[in-house]
Amino acid sequence: MKKLGLNTLSKATKVLAMTTLAAGISLANAADTIKVGVLHSLSGTMAISETTLKDTVLMMVEEQNKKGGLLGKQLEAVVVDPASNWPLFAEKTRELLEKDKVDVIFGCWTSVSRKSVLPVVEELNGLLFYPVQYEGEESSKNVFYTGAAPNQQAIPAVDYLMNDVGVKRWVLAGTDYVYPRTTNKILESYLKSKGVAAKDIMINYTPFGHSDWQTIVSDIKKFGSAGVKTAVVSTINGDANVPFYKELANQGVSAEDIPVVAFSVGEEELSGFDTKPLVGHLAAWNYFMSADGKENDAFIKQWHSFTKDDKRVTNDPMEATYIGFNMWTKAVEKAGTADVSKVQDAMIGISVPNLTGGMAVMNKNHHLSKPVLIGEIQEDGQFDIVWQTEGVVPGDAWTDYLPESKNLISDWTAPINCGNYNTATKTCGGAVAAE
Amino acid sequence: MFTLFRRVFFAVLLLSASHNLLANNADTQPSLAELSQQLISANYKEKAALAEQIALAEDDQAIVILQALLDSRLYYVKSNGQLLLVDSSGEPDSAQDAFTLQAVTGLGKRDIKKIGVNNSLRVALRSLISRAQISSKHKSQRMAAAQNLLKSSDDIDRAFIDQALQREADNSVAEVLHLVRALMQLKADQTEERIEGLTALDGALYPEVRAGLSEFIRSFSDEEKLSRKNEYQLAQTTLTDIEKLVSINGYIENLYFGLALGAVLLLAAIGLAITFGVMGVINMAHGEMIMLGAYTTYVVQLLMPEHIGLSLVVAVPAAFLVSGLVGVLIERSVIRHLYGRPLETLLATFGISLILQQAVRSIFSPLNREVATPDWMAGTFMINPALELTWNRLYIIIFSLMVLAVLALVLKRTLFGLQMRAVTMNRPMASSMGIKTGWVDALTFGLGSGIAGIAGVALSQLTNVGPNLGQAYIIDSFMVVVFGGVGNLWGTLVGAMTLGVANKIFEPLAGAVLAKIMVLVFIILFIQKRPRGLFALKGRAVDNG
Repeated sequence: MKKLGLNTLSKATKVLAMTTLAAGISLANAADTIKVGVLHSLSGTMAISETTLKDTVLMMVEEQNKKGGLLGKQLEAVVVDPASNWPLFAEKTRELLEKDKVDVIFGCWTSVSRKSVLPVVEELNGLLFYPVQYEGEESSKNVFYTGAAPNQQAIPAVDYLMNDVGVKRWVLAGTDYVYPRTTNKILESYLKSKGVAAKDIMINYTPFGHSDWQTIVSDIKKFGSAGVKTAVVSTINGDANVPFYKELANQGVSAEDIPVVAFSVGEEELSGFDTKPLVGHLAAWNYFMSADGKENDAFIKQWHSFTKDDKRVTNDPMEATYIGFNMWTKAVEKAGTADVSKVQDAMIGISVPNLTGGMAVMNKNHHLSKPVLIGEIQEDGQFDIVWQTEGVVPGDAWTDYLPESKNLISDWTAPINCGNYNTATKTCGGAVAAE
Repeated sequence: MFTLFRRVFFAVLLLSASHNLLANNADTQPSLAELSQQLISANYKEKAALAEQIALAEDDQAIVILQALLDSRLYYVKSNGQLLLVDSSGEPDSAQDAFTLQAVTGLGKRDIKKIGVNNSLRVALRSLISRAQISSKHKSQRMAAAQNLLKSSDDIDRAFIDQALQREADNSVAEVLHLVRALMQLKADQTEERIEGLTALDGALYPEVRAGLSEFIRSFSDEEKLSRKNEYQLAQTTLTDIEKLVSINGYIENLYFGLALGAVLLLAAIGLAITFGVMGVINMAHGEMIMLGAYTTYVVQLLMPEHIGLSLVVAVPAAFLVSGLVGVLIERSVIRHLYGRPLETLLATFGISLILQQAVRSIFSPLNREVATPDWMAGTFMINPALELTWNRLYIIIFSLMVLAVLALVLKRTLFGLQMRAVTMNRPMASSMGIKTGWVDALTFGLGSGIAGIAGVALSQLTNVGPNLGQAYIIDSFMVVVFGGVGNLWGTLVGAMTLGVANKIFEPLAGAVLAKIMVLVFIILFIQKRPRGLFALKGRAVDNG
C-alpha cells in the first residue's frame, strides 16, 4: 500500500518538476519548442477517467521527442488541471492559449466541458482534439472529434441487437444530461423508423452518481417478462454503473435473459469491480484492449512500460487520443508549421493506423472514419469481440434520424466551409445549432 | 416461384446433409475426448453443435466439461491442445486434466488459453446441462434445472418431461415441471390439451409463464378470438389473475426496497446523529469518514484475499478504529478551536473533506477500487417467483438495526454515554462535576466518525469504493438527521425509514430524478412546520443549542 502511495506521489512530483522545468526553459527560448496543452481533470469527479488520458498524451509526447521531435523542435507538454469544474475548463483553456501560447490542446471529457471550452477556442483560434464518444449535433472549425459520433457507436449497437440477437423490446436507460438525452432521442426515432412500437420502448433517466437501482432494475425485469427478447441500451455514465450492474446481478438479471449494451463502460471502468456477475453484458466501442494486432500489442507494451505497471488497462478514449495525436503530428509535418489555421487545413484527409487494424481517416466534417466493435464482458474484465462492422464507418456530425438535423451537414473545406450547412436551403447557420 | 423451389430444395439438401452427418457420427461414435478436442478450433455456432453431441455421450464427465465450458473454466494448453479444468480464479496452478482429473503442473499463465463462450452459447449450454441435471440426486440441482427448462420449454420433448415428472419425488420440483409441461401444452393441436395447460398455469408467478401466456394470447387472430372464444377468455382471465398477484407482490417488493434504502440512509446518518445531532458540529467531512471505512474494507481484503467473507467481519472493527482515530485527530487539531462558531466549523470541515479526498486519490489512485462481495451476500432469497429479496440488502437492514441498537446501549447504559449526555446537556455543570469535557468531546466525535466508518464497510458492498463515495451520502445524511430531529437516535431511525420508503413510493410514479426533488421539497415544507424535526428534544439542551 505504502509503496503504491509513494510511487504515485513521486510520479506526481516528477511531472510537476518536469512541467516547471520545461516552463523555465521555454521562457528562455520559446521558439525552439512546440507546445502541447493537456486539459484533463486531475482532481474531482472526472479525475477517475481523465488522468489516464493525461498520461497517454505525456507518453505520446515523450515518444515523439525520442524520435527527434517535430519539425526539428522538441515537443513540450503543458499540463493544467480543470478539476472537473466546467467553468474552470474555459478559464484554463484561455490560460493555455493566451499565457502559455500552446499550439494544440488535447482534452475535455463530457460534452458539458467541451461546450464550455468551445467559445474560447473559437475566439482565440485554438486547436482542440476531443477524444471521447459524444452525442453529435456539433461541428466546430477549431475542434477535431476523434471519439465516436452516435452513428459510430449507438446505431451499430442497436443494429447488432436487432439483427443478430433478435431484440424486440428496448429499455433506454441513461444519466440525466445532454449526451444520454440526445442519444436516446436519436435512438428512439431510429427504432421507430424500424417499426418498433412506442409501448416496446421504455426510457428512464437517473441523476448523476445514482446509487439506489432497486426499483429501476425491478422495473426492467418486469418490462422484460412480456415474452419477447428485451435488451437495455445504457448511456449511464461514470460511477453510477457499478451499483447498477451490482443490482442487476443481485436481482438475478443475467446477460442471457436481458443483455445490457453500454456506451460508457470500458476496460477502465470494469477494473474497479468484480466482473463475474457481468459476464456476457455488452459494450460498443471503436477499440477494445483485447483486439488482435501488432499496433495494439506495441501500444499496450509502451503503456505498461510508461506507467511501470503491467496491470494497467487501455481503453477507447486512449485510442482516440492516440489517433488524434498521430494525426496532428502528421498534419504539422505536412503543413511544415504548427500554425493553427494551416494545420486545420492539413488535417483533412490525413490517415493513421487504428489500433484495431486498418486506417482511421479524418473527414471534412472533422470526424473520423473508424470501425465499430461490439464486445462481451469476460470474467477478467476484458471484452471478447463478438461482432464488428465490415470496413470503417464515417462519423456523422449531424444525425439523419432527427428532423431538426436531417438536412444539416458539416464541411470545413471550400467552398462550403461551414459546420452546419443546410443542404435544403443551401445556407450556413453558424457553428452550433440551437439545442 | 422458381426461387421458392430453389430455397425448398436447398433446405431439403441441407437437412439431409446434417442428417447424414449425425448418422455418420452415430456409426463411428466419436469419443468424448475427440468431440471436446474440436471445441478448441470451433466458432460459436460449431461449439453449440458440438456441445449437443457431447451432452449425448454416455459419460458422466460430459456434463462436467459442459459445466466448465459454461463457467469459463475450460482451458487448453496452447502447445499440445490438452484440455484442462481450471478453478474460477483462472490460475494455472489449479489446472487438472479434463478427463483424468490429474493435476497438471509447470504451466504459466501464457501457456494456457480459455475456450470462449458467448451469450447464445451460454443459453444453449445451460439448457443442455439442465436436461442432464433434471435426474440429479440433489434437490437443489433438480430445482435449478427445472427452472431453466421453463426458459427453454420450446425445444424439449413432451416424453422427456413426462419421464422426469414420473421420477420426481419432490413436490416443489414437480410443481415447476408441471408448469413446463403446461407451457408445452399451450402449443398442442388439441383444444382439450390447451385448456388443460391453461388451467395448470393458473396462479403461477414465474415470469416465463407470463411470457408464455402473452405469447399465446398474441397468437390468436381476430377470427380465432370468436371461434375459440372460451379458450381466449380463459387465457385472458388466467393472465389477469396472475398479473394481479404479481402487482400485489410488487407493492411488497417496493416497500422492501424502501426499507432497504432507509437502512442505507440510517447507516450513513447514525454517525452524523452523534457529531451533528448530539454535539452540534456541522461536520462536512462526515462523508469522508464513510469513505475511509470503505477503503479500510478494501485494504483488509488485500491483506486476506483467501477469506473474503471473514474479511468483512474483520473490516467492521478495523474501519471503526481507522475512522474513529481520524475523527479524534480532526477534533483535537481543528474543531475544538472552533466550538460555538458554526460557520467556521462548516468551512474548516469542508476543507478537511477535500484534503481527505485528494489524499485518497494520491495514495490509492483516482480509480475505483474493487471490493469483492462474499458469496453469502449475493443473489436473492426467494419468497415466491414474483417476490425475491436481495440478500445484500437484507443483511444491511439487519446490520443497520444492530448498529443502532449497540449505539443506543452505549449512550444509555455506559459511563461514557452518561458523561457524553451530561456534557451536551450542560457543559459547565458537567465540568464542575469532574468530567473532562475536552476528552469527552474528542471521544464523542471519534465515536460518531467510527460509526460512519462502519457504514463505509456496508456501503462498499453496494456502491463504488472511490474518492467520491462520501460526497454522495453527505446531503442525504444531513437530511435524515434534520428531518428526524436533532439529537435523537429514534428520530434518525424513523426519519431514515420514512425518507427511504417515501422515495420508493414516488420513484415509480415520477422517475428517480423527480422523486429526489419531491422528497427534498417535502422536507423543506416539513421543516417550516416543525423546525426541530420529527422528534424534538425538550429541555435545557435545546435552549443552549
